[in-house]
Amino acid sequence: MVNFRKFIFGLLGVIFLVSITGSGAKNSIQIKGSDTMVNLGQAWAEKYMEKYPGDFIAVTGGGSGTGLSSLISASCDIAMSSRNIKDKEIGLAKKKSVNPNEIIIALDGLAVVVNPSNPVSELTLDQLAGIFTGRISNWRDVGGKDEKIVLLSREVNSGTHVYFKEHVLRKNDPNSKEEFAPGALMLSSSQAIADEVAGNSSAIGYYGMGYISAKQKPVAIAKDEKSEYVEPVIENVINNKYPISRPLFLYTNGVPQGLVKKFVDFALSKEGQDIVLATDFVPIKR
Amino acid sequence: MWITVKDMRKFKEIIIEKLILICGIASIFFVALIFLFLLKEGLAVFNIVSPFQFLFGKSWYPISDPPQLGILPLILGSLLVTLGAAVISIPIGVGCAIYIAEVAPLKIKEILKAGIELLAAIPSVVLGFIGMVTLVPIVKNIFHLPTGLTALSGSIMLAFMAMPTIVSIAEDALYSIPKTYKEGAFALGATHWQTIWRVMLPAASSGILAAIMLGIGRVIGETMAVMMITGNAAVIPSSILAPVRTLTATIAAEMGEAVVGSEHYFALFAVGIVLFVISFIINVTADLFLHKKQ
Repeated sequence: MVNFRKFIFGLLGVIFLVSITGSGAKNSIQIKGSDTMVNLGQAWAEKYMEKYPGDFIAVTGGGSGTGLSSLISASCDIAMSSRNIKDKEIGLAKKKSVNPNEIIIALDGLAVVVNPSNPVSELTLDQLAGIFTGRISNWRDVGGKDEKIVLLSREVNSGTHVYFKEHVLRKNDPNSKEEFAPGALMLSSSQAIADEVAGNSSAIGYYGMGYISAKQKPVAIAKDEKSEYVEPVIENVINNKYPISRPLFLYTNGVPQGLVKKFVDFALSKEGQDIVLATDFVPIKR
Repeated sequence: MWITVKDMRKFKEIIIEKLILICGIASIFFVALIFLFLLKEGLAVFNIVSPFQFLFGKSWYPISDPPQLGILPLILGSLLVTLGAAVISIPIGVGCAIYIAEVAPLKIKEILKAGIELLAAIPSVVLGFIGMVTLVPIVKNIFHLPTGLTALSGSIMLAFMAMPTIVSIAEDALYSIPKTYKEGAFALGATHWQTIWRVMLPAASSGILAAIMLGIGRVIGETMAVMMITGNAAVIPSSILAPVRTLTATIAAEMGEAVVGSEHYFALFAVGIVLFVISFIINVTADLFLHKKQ
């Protein structure tokens, strides 16, 4: 009986919550999309709601594709996406008289780091792919000491893992079957990778630029042998020189208006961009 | 009709009896529910891969397209870490139990028992963290390894976790031997050590085996500490000095992002079934030993 009553109360609670989130259409917006950006979106929403207590913002993940298709079907107000909208999606949107409007909101730069005692400080994308797939297994082969390379990767639940696999290992080729070497150590957080790199002279890892400290040495990356080697610093990500970086987008239906505009403006403001930095992405405005 | 005090008492008695009965049945009921749920979610993976491919496949790339769902490296990883932990914790744990039960003076006995209880109270994530910053660099330097995140580090840390279980149950087993055994051995002129080795240990053997099995059961189900210090590389380990990925760490690390209803999600539940079967076997074995004792 007690359980049953609890259940009823729980149910009532859920119904109540659903009704307040659903009914307050005037001062609430739905944001949906990229899992990479969920934390960022939620951090924005939190601070925003602190600042404007009357407004309500719901942020959910599901992936960039989910976010964009929700925008097209008008079931969300803002879609977060870590990739550009496809022509096919624009076509679908036009049919439903939705007009996707792209806003670059932040940049995402991935640093490849080694121990400061490692003489290697420059790598090409090809070398990186070779190292992380296991084809290159000794530092000697890329100009370092005669030591076995210890690969550090994020777990498969990490967007960074997927991004690194798709853009570095597979070089943006959707048909590529490249995988991380099975011997790669899977660590559960960027901080764990940072710690291991700091204490291990033969380790190499990757993570968002926010985690670089004096205990790790970021490697300069070149697109190919002829290109210039670029350091992972915020300036190089902003002017698109650093090869392992991508813009992060918000998509709205038409030019933002009303509450959507208020939120986008907040995200683009100094305060919003500070949150970008705090969640380890690169702000677009300094 | 009159309700007498006696009736009331009887009534109360029945109510309490039923309540306790429900409590007793509840645990079995929940185990059955959990098992059914595991089966329901986990068996779906065999629509995608055959049980043979799943258990003996050598590649674990769950989010690739198509996914490769072979858990042999994970099973071997779990077994290797457990074996290592057993090798370390059994001699120390049983030795400690003998010392506490037979040799130690009362004061030291109290201190030791308190210490072991304290060891059992340390959360595994704390042990994992301590292992990560202290043990991992030591293992790396002693064996000149590329990395200290190895099965050995995991085994050592897990040995700490198995010890309290082994010590306290083995100690109970030693205590439960009738005093007459010991007195008889002494009367025949046996030394203290001879008595322990030839009389006490054989007499308590089934209890000690149960202690060991329960300790191992604890180790194989442990998640947080191994996830932090074994490196989690899904490769068939070549030695105890290689990184491994355990069944438990795989579930913990990947369940958060697995899309409900995807192959990856079902595969993780199937990993759960494998783990459940392994610990079930261990617990049943321990139970058999315990009953043999009585």
